Amino acid sequence: MRVIAISVDTPADSRNLAQKAHYTYPILSDVDTKVIDRYGITHKGAGMGGHDVARPAEFLLDRNGVVRWRNLTEDLRVRARPEDMLAAARKL
Amino acid sequence: MNERRFNWPLWIGFILTPVAFLSYFVFFAKFPITRDVPWVNLILFAIAVALLFAGIRRAYATPSTARKVIATLVVVIGVAITAAFVYAAYPGSRVPQSASAPAIGSHAPDFTLPDTNNQPVSLSQTLASAPKGVLLVFYRGYW
Repeated sequence: MRVIAISVDTPADSRNLAQKAHYTYPILSDVDTKVIDRYGITHKGAGMGGHDVARPAEFLLDRNGVVRWRNLTEDLRVRARPEDMLAAARKL
Repeated sequence: MNERRFNWPLWIGFILTPVAFLSYFVFFAKFPITRDVPWVNLILFAIAVALLFAGIRRAYATPSTARKVIATLVVVIGVAITAAFVYAAYPGSRVPQSASAPAIGSHAPDFTLPDTNNQPVSLSQTLASAPKGVLLVFYRGYW
């Protein structure tokens, strides 16, 4: 299974993050929230200085790009439980 | 009673409050360990509020009306900054509904975005080489 991370951070900021946290998957930059808007997960004005950001969300896609699992938690302190996602991933 | 005694708890508490506030956004928010639960800043705020409380008690122990008024104003401002911090640093209660996010069973919109080396990465191309599927993780990002 491949992983792609997306946020409004610039490639430079994401590179810093990736290096510090030793991430090995692509972190993509959606600075003007075009893709975030298309996914309907914009959190308007929630970034510093009123910048739009994405609310946290995960989507598990099968090889055809169909959503098989998603996590749109209402409470940011409740992170996605890996077991739920892995259970869905095993069915792909 | 020495009327000229400087009310240091009040003023240190007053200075510490914006320091506790700003240091989160300028520094501590950069590190997940101090960002997700801003414990350092909460400790600083606790110290600031304790000092402000000690300071206003001190001011109200004097006969000076001016000192009482000033101390009250200072404490109100300090409490307001503390409340503003709690509101600003805890976005958990303010996540939007996102009713139009792709539902289970629907097709996720395709896209092409630059990676950390400014190279374009397309979802459809990634899917084409991902027999086990793709996990898309949208995160808030650092401000």
